[in-house]
Amino acid sequence: MAKVKFDILESTCVPLPFENVDTDQIIPARFLSATSRLGFGDNLFCDWRYAKTGEKNSEFVLNNPDFSGKVLVTGKNFGSGSSREHAVWAIFDYGFRAVVSSFFADIFMNNALNNGLLPIVISDDLLKKLTTLVQNKPNTKVKIDLEKQTFTILSTGDSVKFAINPYKKDCLLKGLDDIDFLLNMKNLITGYENNKSLAK
Amino acid sequence: MKSKTLFDKIWDSHVVRSIENGPDVLYIDRHYIHEVTSPQAFNGLKERGIPVFRPGKTIATADHNIPTKNQHLPIKDELSRNQVEKLTENCQKYGIELYGLNHPKNGIVHVIGPELGYTLPGITIVCGDSHTSTHGAFGTIAFGIGTSEVEMVLATQCILQPKPRKMRITVDGELQKGVTSKDIIMYIISEISASGATGYFVEYCGSVIRSLSMEGRMTICNMSIEMGARGGLITPDETTFEYLRKLPAIPGIDDLKSSINEWRKLRSDSDAVFDRDLKFDAGLIKPMITYGTNPGMGMAIDDSIPLSDENGNKASSSFLKSLDYMGFKPGMKLLGHPVDYVFLGSCTNGRIEDFRAFAQVINGRKKADNITALIVPGSKKVEEQMAAEGLTELYKSAGFEVRQPGCSSCLAMNEDKIPQGKYAVSTSNRNFEGRQGPGARTLLASPFTAAAAAITGRITDPRVFINKEQKVKK
Ligand code: SF4
Repeated sequence: MAKVKFDILESTCVPLPFENVDTDQIIPARFLSATSRLGFGDNLFCDWRYAKTGEKNSEFVLNNPDFSGKVLVTGKNFGSGSSREHAVWAIFDYGFRAVVSSFFADIFMNNALNNGLLPIVISDDLLKKLTTLVQNKPNTKVKIDLEKQTFTILSTGDSVKFAINPYKKDCLLKGLDDIDFLLNMKNLITGYENNKSLAK
Repeated sequence: MKSKTLFDKIWDSHVVRSIENGPDVLYIDRHYIHEVTSPQAFNGLKERGIPVFRPGKTIATADHNIPTKNQHLPIKDELSRNQVEKLTENCQKYGIELYGLNHPKNGIVHVIGPELGYTLPGITIVCGDSHTSTHGAFGTIAFGIGTSEVEMVLATQCILQPKPRKMRITVDGELQKGVTSKDIIMYIISEISASGATGYFVEYCGSVIRSLSMEGRMTICNMSIEMGARGGLITPDETTFEYLRKLPAIPGIDDLKSSINEWRKLRSDSDAVFDRDLKFDAGLIKPMITYGTNPGMGMAIDDSIPLSDENGNKASSSFLKSLDYMGFKPGMKLLGHPVDYVFLGSCTNGRIEDFRAFAQVINGRKKADNITALIVPGSKKVEEQMAAEGLTELYKSAGFEVRQPGCSSCLAMNEDKIPQGKYAVSTSNRNFEGRQGPGARTLLASPFTAAAAAITGRITDPRVFINKEQKVKK
């Protein structure tokens, strides 16, 4: 579990304007045989990134030298499908620290937050605007301030507040670990177990 | 007291503590693990130097990457072999019951959980697999989790979860002949889209749901995740209890009768409030098939592919990209379209009833020459039942080879891949790009529809076969 800290991020963006990008696209199942968390970034979006021959597909955005940055800007319902956390590991390992969309699948959202990858939900309209902006001007920068919960497009000044569970926010800001948190609650958990078996 | 839904009742009774402005600490009664999403979680325990907190509450199986042929031989693929070996090592080290490869009760995690009596009404179940929602068929809160959460449950038997909102889906009316539970759930998903239930936990109600067998209910709950829901559940009733009574053993339950009396109380209060309430008329449901690359892109088998996406957008790049991948055009009909592969299996349709349904359509007919079929039971128990009921023989004489249990072509981690560009009518749950192999084109459907495709070599309305006998009589 991640002990990654997140506070302020300023970065250019990589646009991936497709809807319903599922976890099989993010990291195909055939790469899930590893037993460590590292190295998945090499196969991020593999079937879009590489042709069957293994050559880079020059049309895919990760292969376009114009675009780089730590923020992935993508379409609605990102991360649907499988619960594989490998999808988040791959995105993080590749170098992204935040994903922006107008809608995320639930399990992906949890997995992302558990690994220090910040999922940011913005409105459909702003997402459209941002995507077009980034596509036309790849040097467009955004600023994410987790403490203030603001997402800002620096060149236009568009700035919105994004939502995040206060507990998760605190964990990310302080680099706290969920499991340590629960381990400190062992007595409470045992107490619950005892009560429950008595009740039966 | 405030009235509660079934979901509230189970959830609330499992909350160890509510964190202010944060998630609940939810106690987990049963934890299922498999080879693919557990190794990194065990590594985490090792790094922390801590044991598994309640090893007796976790069971393990190997299912995702194992071969479906020659399971007695060492796994050829080195990485897969390594994963299966790691699982065995970890289970031994931490004292976890393993139903691994070659175990007489091995099978897909969501098929064996209920078979072995681990899945019970009123409990909480998690597993590092999104189709954990399957177990909701028993009146259970069951949902998929990521690997960090697997580590969390191994370490503390609890999970941090915000409580989802509640949705009720009621299906009433008269189900047409040839329409299965798979069609019901595919219909619902096509109506509300692949993200229509995101953030919700669904309770399925109505006369049609109540009339379904446990297998049928599992198929429905299984695909809850395909509309984005965290999970789905169904009120336990006589059908549930009958299923449980027939099991050879139920671990942890000494007096089934008194447990059943407790479980009878598990239901939503009549005035319980749901955040969203949807109703469907079963009479409108026909055999379904998907035409695109997410499970929301489904239609009645005799329909035409829509001209625009769910928002009426004709030029949507996602919609066109999806049809392009499938080799289809807007407005096209799929009936009669040639098919190359048929896959019968998975945790959606890999239970004995599904093999009976497929056999009902075969009914003495032969497999079409152009079809390669992957017939994969969900568990050893299903495999045995098939043999005992003469289904294995029937399949064989129709030209089908019955494989050994596993996830197989559902996610194609093993060698059961659909080749580039080929069409597969599949009884599994996901038609994502590349899900069944790079470039594979998946058409999700029921076992009836899969069987109809297998014997005709084309996309065929299964009602042709199901209704035939009736017509003759008239
Ligand atoms: S059969 Fe498919 S969906 Fe079910 S557990 Fe296996 S891979 Fe997941």
